[in-house]
Amino acid sequence: MNDAHAKLRGVKRIYRGVGKQPPTHALGPVDLDLKRGEFLSVVGPSGCGKSTLLDVLAGLARPDEGTIEFEGKLVQGEVPDGIGVVFQEDSSFPWLTVRENAGFALARAGMAPAEIKERVDATLSFMGLASFAESYPVQLSGGMRQRLCIARTLVTRPRLLLLDEPFGALDQQTRLLMGDELLRLWRETGATVLLITHALDEAAMLSDRVAVMSARPGVILDLVETDWPRDRDSRIVSEPSFGAVTARLWSTLRGESMKSMATQ
Amino acid sequence: MKRAAAIRWLLIALLVALLELACSLRWIDPTAIIPPSAMLMGAMKIVLIGEWQRAIVETLTTVAIAVALSSAVGLLLGWALTRAPRLRRAVDPLLASWYAIPTFVFYPLFIVLFGLGRWPLVAIGFLFAVVAMTLSTIQGIERVPRTLLRAAQAMRLTRTQTALRVVLPSAAPWLFAGLKLVVAYAFIGVVAGEFILANEGFGHRIAFAYNNFDNRAMYGAILLLLVFVATLNASLAGWEKRLLRRRGLR
Ligand SMILES: Nc1ncnc2c1ncn2[C@@H]1O[C@H](COP(=O)(O)OP(=O)(O)O)[C@@H](O)[C@H]1O
Ligand SMILES: [Mg+2]
Repeated sequence: MNDAHAKLRGVKRIYRGVGKQPPTHALGPVDLDLKRGEFLSVVGPSGCGKSTLLDVLAGLARPDEGTIEFEGKLVQGEVPDGIGVVFQEDSSFPWLTVRENAGFALARAGMAPAEIKERVDATLSFMGLASFAESYPVQLSGGMRQRLCIARTLVTRPRLLLLDEPFGALDQQTRLLMGDELLRLWRETGATVLLITHALDEAAMLSDRVAVMSARPGVILDLVETDWPRDRDSRIVSEPSFGAVTARLWSTLRGESMKSMATQ
Repeated sequence: MKRAAAIRWLLIALLVALLELACSLRWIDPTAIIPPSAMLMGAMKIVLIGEWQRAIVETLTTVAIAVALSSAVGLLLGWALTRAPRLRRAVDPLLASWYAIPTFVFYPLFIVLFGLGRWPLVAIGFLFAVVAMTLSTIQGIERVPRTLLRAAQAMRLTRTQTALRVVLPSAAPWLFAGLKLVVAYAFIGVVAGEFILANEGFGHRIAFAYNNFDNRAMYGAILLLLVFVATLNASLAGWEKRLLRRRGLR
């Protein structure tokens, strides 16, 4: 039985250079199976191809080599139904209210207004945004805005949720709490989650498995299983085994980060 | 902000008072400039008697047509150019140097082409305004944050949905700035055209009053035109401000 939710085989991505620039081999080859319902994080030094990996997995860009399957179907140049993406930068629409932002994808897909309202209300209160429904993004804090971006994706009920360093711009305390929120929504939605992060502790605390990527071109060097219980939360950082996981991640990453620093 | 507005009005009031004083003390030749109070009387007369109504309606209609045409064509042209980078690189220098051309030299040509009346004026206003809209549109479209486009793609929007629901609203502040320029340029083009050669319209009436040494009517009309354009501009600016404030841009 193969219960892989998404499957990457020999995935490579090479950016063609502009003008006389040489091409950049950004990613791969990468082989990776995402198990249905798991929480997998990807860590790696900056510029190693993490965002590129997310792009090709989501169908936002085509790989130059290799194949990607989602729920048994090839992903080819468009985002399949069932995949939700949250980007590294704030991508809320500044001209829409929180409520309109959250309902945007559903409205474009032609869902009935009554049903949109129901789903949006439920999601906004789930994400703690209910009292901001009529505000504009500019009136929200950075953390709130990122929550809005997550809410906007959640209303479409993705079965695979891809998050690209969604908490990158937040302070450490907020990050920990957002991590708890993410675990809660992962448990309650039953979705498969792939989280890209550069923070080792974040990856170690949240994930069932952590994939460690090499410096560019990013390949997967190590896959670390954490064995955390499903109902974990950020308090796990005080467990002795948490230290062991981060130590293992760091021992692989240290050399790669030095390489990546040297080339930048 | 309020303070700046107060100072601005005070400055204007001072200048007007100074002009009034200069005129009544005969520092200025009354056949050259009449006192502001007389200008106001002239403007009131124009409004109350209503003999200029036709001229005003004529000019506003011409300006409105020029504004509608140039903003629509500018929008489409700007959009098309962002889609065709090669063509864009070819015409960029032309667009950039557009306002170095004295467009008015083509006015006689337009009269030959379109005859006397409204259409050569529309053509002048259009030519004057269209490039401002094109340039603003290009700017607005190019500044749509890439992450918003990627979000649209991730939400599986169609091309048309992306254009109308993401690119258009995201570019709106630039389009609005373009529209303000278009209104200003269309007024300049049309009124100046009426000055030179036309048989009706605000500019024509001003020129007519000038030729007949009717200073009251001339300055009254100039005052009226100024008030009119300023009001229109202020209401556009107010609208723009609300749009921007909602997004926290100002
Ligand atoms: N559109 C692009 N064109 C050319 N090079 C790119 C492009 N996007 C990313 N790259 C390069 O590919 C490498 C990987 O980028 P990215 O996937 O964004 O890394 P990460 O998310 O891990 O920081 C980097 O060296 C980056 O400079
Ligand atoms: Mg990245």
